[in-house]
Amino acid sequence: MSDTTPEPVANTAEDILMQKFGDAVQVDTRSGYEGVVVNGDQLVDVAQTVRDELGYNMLSSLNYVDYINEGYFEVVYNAYRVPQGGKALTFKARTPRDEAVLPSLVSVWPSADFQEREAWDLMGIRFAGHPNLKRILMWEGFAGHPMRKDWKEPFFEEDQKPFKSRWPDGQVRRAEMDVPYGMNVQYPAGFSPEGYVAPGDAELYAGLVIPATTSGIGVQELKTDELVVNLGPQHPSTHGVFRMAVTLDGETITKLEPVMGYLHRNHEQIGERNTYLMNMPYTDRLDYISGMCNNMAYALTVEKLMNQETTYRAELLRVLFVELTRIINHYWAIGFLLNDLGAFFTPSLYAILERELILDLIEATAGSRMMPNYMRFGGVAYDLPPYVGGPAVKPGDRGREMETMEFLRGLVNERLPRSVDELDRLLTTNEVIISRCKGVGVLPPDVGIAYGVTGPTLRASGVPYDLRRADPYSIYNELDFDVAVRYNGDTYDRYLIRMDEVRQSLRICQQLIPRLEETMGQDYWAGKRPYNFRVPAGAHYGHHENPKGELGFYIVADGTANPYRYHIRAPSFINITALEEMCRGWKIADAIIILGSIDIVLGELDR
Amino acid sequence: MYGVGILKGLGVTLKHFVDTYVDDFKWGLRRYTSDEGFEARQGLDTKGFFTVQYPEEKIAVPERFRFIPFLVVNDPDHPTAPGEAWCTSCGICAKVCPPQCIWIVRSNDPTTGKPIPQPHQFYIDIDICMNCGYCAEFCPFDAIKMDHDYELSDYDRTSTHVFDLEKLSKPQSYWMTIAPTRAEQERLAREAEEAAKAIRKRKPA
Repeated sequence: MSDTTPEPVANTAEDILMQKFGDAVQVDTRSGYEGVVVNGDQLVDVAQTVRDELGYNMLSSLNYVDYINEGYFEVVYNAYRVPQGGKALTFKARTPRDEAVLPSLVSVWPSADFQEREAWDLMGIRFAGHPNLKRILMWEGFAGHPMRKDWKEPFFEEDQKPFKSRWPDGQVRRAEMDVPYGMNVQYPAGFSPEGYVAPGDAELYAGLVIPATTSGIGVQELKTDELVVNLGPQHPSTHGVFRMAVTLDGETITKLEPVMGYLHRNHEQIGERNTYLMNMPYTDRLDYISGMCNNMAYALTVEKLMNQETTYRAELLRVLFVELTRIINHYWAIGFLLNDLGAFFTPSLYAILERELILDLIEATAGSRMMPNYMRFGGVAYDLPPYVGGPAVKPGDRGREMETMEFLRGLVNERLPRSVDELDRLLTTNEVIISRCKGVGVLPPDVGIAYGVTGPTLRASGVPYDLRRADPYSIYNELDFDVAVRYNGDTYDRYLIRMDEVRQSLRICQQLIPRLEETMGQDYWAGKRPYNFRVPAGAHYGHHENPKGELGFYIVADGTANPYRYHIRAPSFINITALEEMCRGWKIADAIIILGSIDIVLGELDR
Repeated sequence: MYGVGILKGLGVTLKHFVDTYVDDFKWGLRRYTSDEGFEARQGLDTKGFFTVQYPEEKIAVPERFRFIPFLVVNDPDHPTAPGEAWCTSCGICAKVCPPQCIWIVRSNDPTTGKPIPQPHQFYIDIDICMNCGYCAEFCPFDAIKMDHDYELSDYDRTSTHVFDLEKLSKPQSYWMTIAPTRAEQERLAREAEEAAKAIRKRKPA
């Protein structure tokens, strides 16, 4: 694959684009910004050149910013070479605020599909030529586009935290009292919530009615070849409040439309009200299975903007917890595989038992099991504690005190390797799993790249693309581990690759233990501990290999203490773009397990 | 041969099933009554039955565990100012709080009208608090700490979930029981700072 990619020798990709397109492509000269600005008319041509001639074959993220003072929206595209890796090629397009239209890139990269819908939904940028441009996270009865800088929420108090009403004369009141139930919504002009039928629902219910025919009951003419079935949102097998509208031909899926947004809380808008530091605990709540990894991605991005160094011990602790969290996440995914197949809970409870032990360590270190809020800009909040567990204080308390390093050694050298092997024995050769998973829901590598799929889901299709190696950060360069890869791209391989990755993460943790012992007592935080700091103006897209794929933060700083733009590239959200591609042609029972094998979490998908 | 994989898997579940009884025989009742038994059940070598029978028994939380914050006040037997809050109402916790759930009213001297370092009122809306621990982390006076009391269920959320100064105040001795090592470290650090301050004061004279 890499042989065919033209490698620009003397010129950078940006130079080649400027030579080819002349004035239509210009370098972004604002200080702290990267990439080129492309004229909107030529965007599709430029994108095609970027993909075909320059070899940036994956459009990883599409970020959109409202520059209200300048009067335009900017859409920022980040393209990567997969699987070679390296830095992104960033190109941007601008469109005036009052009439925001840009050409759609879905024809070049299908991965733009949901991301353009999100930009339309939240920012109101119309993408000409998009096949299905409608709201994705909000519902049709929502007035306005909430990520615009002039949009205000019903509980609106001030543009930026900290709010002035808190100190020195705190006027305590419960915010919901100001906006009573029923008064906190606005509908678009001409919209009535009564009698509203969601667009997909009309055909959904039409599919259930026996069509009346002129010849009486018309059993012979009953249409059984096209039936729309609704799955979710309150369905245990969709891993949260996720809904699929599935069109069936008999039992076979011909069309599948993910419907999402039930858990949407406009995380990005909250993030722009917050200061940089305040966002850290909010990132825990994105992918709530792997809070430490979200902390890491956000810390990396802001540190890059601030030019903040960290210490070696801080990096060790970060990598240790990130890898332990990856193990937790994969255990969770593996354990729930059998639940999706219809068997209940035995393997998932075996996996959750091991997860509890890791969470004990995280709780003792960071103070909370799932919402660690552990990383800071310049280090981590705390060093390892002397003991895991706590003393019995209150009535009914059962105390435990286990020496931390001993606990850690026992965990990563003995307990977890043993339990991976046990799960392996329990599941891998199980005939039911093999017959249900092998060859099901195949994702070919080129399709995966085109749809922007990342993480284990892409690596199971034979694309060894792992950001820890492709765009190295932290101390991963000095650690010895392999990028796990499997080649069939089916559900079974997506299960196996998680097993492989758990083993690789254990390898990393085992290498960390002697390093942690050597650096015992060293600083885990570089510099001071400020709570009110400003970040120099600029924009940066930082990313991290989350257990579910590439988690990216695009942050625009304007020199104040609050981010001007805070956009998240959530791996679950973009991986789900390929769901229809993977499910088409399979039975409806397989859709559940294909969805399970992508491993989504709704906290991050709906944001 | 077809079915071998399933049998192998069933072997694993059988082993777990047998383990439950093996450990029960080895420990007897002590597995459920003694602290050592609890550690064996919830530690690294746990086998078989793992469940904690909440609320009859509770896992003791680690020192760094964080739940709704409380304000540290002097013990009731303090020689000069029993029950006085350590808080100086500097407002750092209210400024750093991500969901902005802290409201502070600063005290003013009744005669001069100038602010004095004592909170007049201090409110935390525990419905909004996200237990991030920033207030305790950034407080320069060790005056606000994260509590360990996680059982807060209530019949009415509208009237009881805004904690005021009285409800938030807990004596220093309470903090020392829930987090003995950290409370001791903080005490030593405070004493060292006092000593350094005293030296600084003496020097110019």
